Amino acid sequence: MARWDPWQEMEALRREIDRAFESAGFRFPSLLRTSLWPARGERGFPPVNVYEDKDNFYVSLLAPGLEPHSINLSVLRNSLTVSGERAPQGTGKFEAVHRQERPAGKFSRRIELPAEVDESKARAEYRNGILTVTLPKAAQAKPKEITVQVG
Amino acid sequence: MAEKAVSATAAQAPGRTREATRAEDRYVAPAVDIYETPEELVLLADLPGVGKDELDVRVEEDVLTIRALSKYPAPGEVLWEEFELPNYFRQFELSEAIDQEKISADFKNGVLTLHLPKSQKARPRQIEVKVS
Repeated sequence: MARWDPWQEMEALRREIDRAFESAGFRFPSLLRTSLWPARGERGFPPVNVYEDKDNFYVSLLAPGLEPHSINLSVLRNSLTVSGERAPQGTGKFEAVHRQERPAGKFSRRIELPAEVDESKARAEYRNGILTVTLPKAAQAKPKEITVQVG
Repeated sequence: MAEKAVSATAAQAPGRTREATRAEDRYVAPAVDIYETPEELVLLADLPGVGKDELDVRVEEDVLTIRALSKYPAPGEVLWEEFELPNYFRQFELSEAIDQEKISADFKNGVLTLHLPKSQKARPRQIEVKVS
């Protein structure tokens, strides 16, 4: 990840606080509401959601503006590693930079899943800036029904 | 020149009141980059989860408004959640230095790129000095 200017962070925090007070009917604390807020403590970039259904785990990464072919994904047993780079835009050719709030630079995240997955059947889709990785649960991780024999 | 051209404080007063009246929906200001070249301002905004049809970019009374609805149906039960997808709203005041007729937009992979060309008047011009 790129380094973040503390002033910029303070500006982001200020905006966040402003927002907390100006919205009347909020149901969640406002800090939960940002998407892609840069340098948010120990949380990495990109932010990740993990979902599950009977057969699959779904890992969603909020990472707009990537070149799809530059995203590296690897799966090993129950962990998924995603890495890539978001190219910084303003290098040299601009005479002034007025706002630079979008995170840029290299990133890498490892996501531990609660059970093993079938690596060979994993697939990924990048759509509207969200990467969704579908990871089928390994056969031994799926719940099994045991039929009770009546003797 | 720069700060005048785009006051990125998101058109403070009108923006707030408008946002407050829409408190039912949750709106978040998208992160933006704004760069300036001799010919134009380039604005990039992160709008992940937004489809092309849910994006509304308009200029009205010298105010550029970006509004977008994000949509991402959860594929299953939530195990871990670091982000939620909000709706996006942000406004910028445009100065006269921007040629509003020629603003162009491009939207790809959740990033909106706006090109805001400077009007002829505002562009730097070299004046040739004739030596007699």
